[in-house]
Amino acid sequence: MSPALPLAPSAIDCAPVLRERGQREVFCGLTGIIWLHRKVQDAFFLVVGSRTCAHLLQSAAGVMVFAEPRFGTAIIEERDLAGMADCNEELDRVVDRLLARRPDIRLLFLVGSCPSEVIKLDLSRAAQRLSVKHAPSVKILNYSGSGIETTFTEGEDACLASLVPELPAAAADAAPALMIVGALPDVVEDQFLRLFAELGIKGVRSFPARKAADLPPVGLTTRFLLAQPFLGETARSLEDRGAVRIDAMFPFGAEGTTRWLHAAAQEFGIDEMHFRRVIAPGRERAKRAIEHSRSRLEGKTIFFMPDSQLEVPLARFLNNELGMIPVEVGTPYLHRRHLAQDLASLPADTVISEGQDVDKQLDRVRAARPDITVCGLGLANPLEAEGLTTKWAIELVFSPVHGFDQAGDLAELFARPLRRRDMLRV
Amino acid sequence: MQLTVWTYEGPPHVGAMRIATAMEGVHYVLHAPQGDTYADLLFTMIERRNKRPPVTYTTFQARDLGKDTAELFQSAARDAFARYQPQAMLVGASCTAELIQDDPAGLAEAMGLPIPVVALELPSYQRKENWGAAETFYQLVRALADKNAKPAPREGRRARVNLLGPTALGFRHRDDIIEITRLLDSMGIDVHLVAPLGASPVDIARIGEADFNILLYPEIADTTVRWLEKTFGQKTVRTIPIGHGATRDFVNEVAALADVDPAAALDHSNMPWWSRSVDSTYLTGKRVFIFGDASHAVAAARVARDELGFEVVGLGCYNREFARDVRDAAKLYDIEPLITEDYLEVEDAIAALQPELVLGTQMERHIAKRLRIPCAVISAPVHVQDFPARYSPQMGFEGANVLFDTWVHPLVMGLEEHLLTMFRDDFEFSDAAGASHLGHGGTPHTAAAAPPADEHALHPVAEPEVIAARGWTDEAHTELMKIPFFVRGKARRNTERYATDHGLPVITLDTLYDAKAHYAR
Repeated sequence: MSPALPLAPSAIDCAPVLRERGQREVFCGLTGIIWLHRKVQDAFFLVVGSRTCAHLLQSAAGVMVFAEPRFGTAIIEERDLAGMADCNEELDRVVDRLLARRPDIRLLFLVGSCPSEVIKLDLSRAAQRLSVKHAPSVKILNYSGSGIETTFTEGEDACLASLVPELPAAAADAAPALMIVGALPDVVEDQFLRLFAELGIKGVRSFPARKAADLPPVGLTTRFLLAQPFLGETARSLEDRGAVRIDAMFPFGAEGTTRWLHAAAQEFGIDEMHFRRVIAPGRERAKRAIEHSRSRLEGKTIFFMPDSQLEVPLARFLNNELGMIPVEVGTPYLHRRHLAQDLASLPADTVISEGQDVDKQLDRVRAARPDITVCGLGLANPLEAEGLTTKWAIELVFSPVHGFDQAGDLAELFARPLRRRDMLRV
Repeated sequence: MQLTVWTYEGPPHVGAMRIATAMEGVHYVLHAPQGDTYADLLFTMIERRNKRPPVTYTTFQARDLGKDTAELFQSAARDAFARYQPQAMLVGASCTAELIQDDPAGLAEAMGLPIPVVALELPSYQRKENWGAAETFYQLVRALADKNAKPAPREGRRARVNLLGPTALGFRHRDDIIEITRLLDSMGIDVHLVAPLGASPVDIARIGEADFNILLYPEIADTTVRWLEKTFGQKTVRTIPIGHGATRDFVNEVAALADVDPAAALDHSNMPWWSRSVDSTYLTGKRVFIFGDASHAVAAARVARDELGFEVVGLGCYNREFARDVRDAAKLYDIEPLITEDYLEVEDAIAALQPELVLGTQMERHIAKRLRIPCAVISAPVHVQDFPARYSPQMGFEGANVLFDTWVHPLVMGLEEHLLTMFRDDFEFSDAAGASHLGHGGTPHTAAAAPPADEHALHPVAEPEVIAARGWTDEAHTELMKIPFFVRGKARRNTERYATDHGLPVITLDTLYDAKAHYAR
């Protein structure tokens, strides 16, 4: 079969979507700091917020990260709320102290939160002011990770979008260059870079880069591939600078990864035979690896609660490549254009839901009794206690799951809870 | 503005959640932005609760702010009432909702729900989690208690007490309650009510029927018992039964109030003999640093000195509301109390004091791990590991046994300490192996094993071995390295202090042994 399937645009536009308003059981965008601070190794993320923000980062991260973090919270206190001038002075003092103690920091993000947004603390002005003060050793940017504006992975989108204006301009006569957009674990990023090199696409750059100073150039000759489905703002900002998005399926599983790579190969005029030859070993490994989980997953039903916006491409992978049946695919926000190819490959009767009323959605979970429910940490144990098998959504964000050589791991993440359920005799 | 990396306490509405989640038949409607629902995972993951916390969040977003967030609150409250049918409702705001001033109290009152609705005013930018829990419990009891309740005549019945303070996410509250209930039963005393843990609003209404109150966790229930003293004239037992001696004091205090004989209940712990037996000799004078919530820290200090023979070299708490108790206790040990919510300050204190054991919270466990000092957890905030499957109380006589085991276990055992000294020059012996009974002995303790730069970058903590060379002659430093790792830090510190005190610019072999003689116990 040819790895590149023709698009079916009609199916994208008419897919039924259930939209709900009610309690949303999702993290806010601050949570993205937990993986972003690991990715960009000389960046520090300073949340300007409340004790709640600090507690969220600690609670979301505390379960998983033990090393000294490159993030912190400037906690707004009663006296800061009394007058705004005071608040800015206080922020300057906190930043001075932080940078004095962390001379290794090259890039500081001031991250807005719900309280800083509500009191209209102007962090972009603060970032400009502090950038002048700490230039040239430290660059200071700002973005909002507040819950009133972002859910979970939208924090990464906002962070990367804030970096786009900082990207150097590509020369107008530069050769077309490929940019991979979205934070990937280093090991996955390196695999992709090796594959592109073998394909003959030269000078591929990653955004974000591991070092703050390594920002890739952007311009009219830039072609970019989204590695993550939640980067709407970032894509728009890149397009504003002339870059062109390569439409592709997201790189999950053997097929998703093949089609993602193929979209780039086509764009760069890579010979079809050469493409097949280069990707064949990885594609075959991925197929073999996911085969281990097929017997456990095939024909099983799956329900996605909204969490990371990875839900649609993951449902596509589990359905197309492992024969699972998606009952409902919930997502906090549905970016139809970027997800067009994944949406087109879902079964026509899949319920896609956007937004959330968690109580009503849990009623639907209980009614459907899916074989596996993908949900946040607050819901997993309560559902397990009701006899429903769950998969923590957050693991899908923190684990390396993209690309050929993680396809087996990705399938295993879903197979393991089912295997465990069958193993236990307690 | 305060720069924070890790915090000891969450915001006050999380304290309110700890009360609501502990109870039955209560629902908390929290005006809060999208994202604040993260707090659910504290209960479902860390404590492994099998139900969602009874909390409905309005999860408003930016687009709601221009419109009617008040209406959003009312519809959330209406839906929550219809779905969960609680006996009582708590309403309040998280930090962001506090800023938009929608007045959940007034909104809820206007709805005229047919159940008691308790409005919480928890100032997020001034107060913290424990205060929020205490205030919530107090407001609930004040609103729900039947003011006409009084104890039945005492003739012909056992005394009845309230056990007050245990909550969700408390450090071993579940097991403490079982242990204390059992202890009281052995004295012929019945528990009338445990609250908030497991209590419903209907139960709370009858709080005045108990003969007296037992305040197990002052951080949570002190405000409430003061009100109960005033309102119902109930007396309060304030001794916290953590440790053998404190449990005996507790039994005597309870017996006096209940007018029963304490004798039968007084001695059921292995701890005194375990501590007096000869293997425990090596515990003598071990330098211990204690930090936690005030009540647990103060109780731990007494156990450490009086019941294990440790030397308390540091004592502190993160909750300023109870700082006075810690200051008073610190006087008993002739040390400066450390009252702070900045874990970096705690880390500095531990690094400077080089204790042989740290008793602290989850935070101190991280600090001690980095400084390679043995540690046991004695107080919230806690981690999933601190909710063991097994019965593991801190209170009562069984609690005293648990304290002995969990505090002594991280130390190198008595006989093993001697064996390590005896064999330390053996070519097959390696310091780096650590103590055999500690599974994580693989961590090398040598200067070569520099930690990843990232770990120490925010707040560089001097590695003993790394800076040892400063001012030391090679010969003296070589000798220092012959000292077993678990006392090397103390030897280094003592020698350097001795050198500073005596104005010696260079530490020689003689300085090392002069200092040893000077500080000999």
